[in-house]
Amino acid sequence: MLEASNLECVRGERRLFADLSFRLAAGEMLYLQGSNGSGKTSLLRMLCALTPAASGDIRWRGRAIGKLGEEFRSELCYLGHLNAIKEELTPLENLLLAAQLAQESLDHDAALDALELVGLLGREDLPCRYLSQGQKRRAALARLVNERRALWVLDEPYVALDAAAVELVAGLIGAHLQRGGLAVLTTHQAVPVTAGTVRELSLDGAHATSGWG
Amino acid sequence: MLRALRAVIGRDLRLAMRRQADIVAAMFFFIIVVSLFPLGVGPEPDQLRRLAPGVLWVAALLATMLSLPRLFADDHRDGTLEQLALAPQPLGLIVLGKVIAHWLVAGLPLVVLAPVLGIQFDLPSDALAVLTLSLLIGTPALSGIGAIGAALTLGVRGGGVLLSLLVLPLYIPVLIFGAGAVDASVSGLGPQAHLSLLGALALGGVFFAPWPTAAALRVALE
Repeated sequence: MLEASNLECVRGERRLFADLSFRLAAGEMLYLQGSNGSGKTSLLRMLCALTPAASGDIRWRGRAIGKLGEEFRSELCYLGHLNAIKEELTPLENLLLAAQLAQESLDHDAALDALELVGLLGREDLPCRYLSQGQKRRAALARLVNERRALWVLDEPYVALDAAAVELVAGLIGAHLQRGGLAVLTTHQAVPVTAGTVRELSLDGAHATSGWG
Repeated sequence: MLRALRAVIGRDLRLAMRRQADIVAAMFFFIIVVSLFPLGVGPEPDQLRRLAPGVLWVAALLATMLSLPRLFADDHRDGTLEQLALAPQPLGLIVLGKVIAHWLVAGLPLVVLAPVLGIQFDLPSDALAVLTLSLLIGTPALSGIGAIGAALTLGVRGGGVLLSLLVLPLYIPVLIFGAGAVDASVSGLGPQAHLSLLGALALGGVFFAPWPTAAALRVALE
């Protein structure tokens, strides 16, 4: 479903990786590894069509993502290293707003259930600026509970989370893979997911390549 | 489509309500700048009447400028701008929502305040009405045009000053027709021509500006 061929990433004067190719089918997860500055986030942003690749192309269901535009974005869920929650709003408002913008129907009760699952029940009416770093991350990750879009692109989803929350998120990703979804994620914590096929890709070395597909 | 537009407007209005200090600061800025002129140039009613349209319009431009840098900067900083750019709607539509919300928060209060402040300048009631009407028609253009500047200077160090240098020259037509409408009304020519041109600028500003703004935002997000 998701196919990248001969991707090259240039940041400033430096080439971070070149000739990077991979293919990801339904129910598969790509686990990106690499040291700091190896281009993991850049690759994720390319997969979301936020940053154009220096060369190479990325295809979704056989068509270039740049051409698909809105059609691709309606199947994409991106969670960056920024939490994308408004500090002035409560976790509940943030969650409902995110669903509205994604044109998903999420009712009040479902949103509360999602917040209960990530352990924020009781704080759903507290503006996010009063939450701790880990709680903010949980508020951001609550989006994944009812997320049914096919491709999840997650940048360091486990950062700032405690062990229980890490397990919970790994469970959500596992359930997503089981439903036939795809996930691409970067992390420095190797966390086993409960289901699906996991592929690994390392960006270390200037010409990272992989032989799959 | 309309649901998304409503969602963006609702979101920005709610955020503005949680940060009322920003709105109040811009309103007080407008009040103070306008009130300084009668004190500075003296209480000559004829002179004040002549100055009034220009002073009120320039103050409105400056007050709008105050809130522009934050139009996208906050969303950029906390990552929500990325999410807006990745939403399944065209980014231009989302920008349109933000422009409308910006006008409701930053433009509409100026329109409401203008007639009260106009009294300080001894404006006759029909001139006050035209002044308010010209601001009502013209301020949406300020939000629309300003959004382009705010997007272009997003993430630039010292972007606030650059934003003023970029946007204020573009506000000149709005200023000319806005203040001109009041002048024309006072001198008995009738403000219709000026107001029509102002309306055209506002329509252009609000409905065409979101697209270049969206393009600038995508560049800023790269």
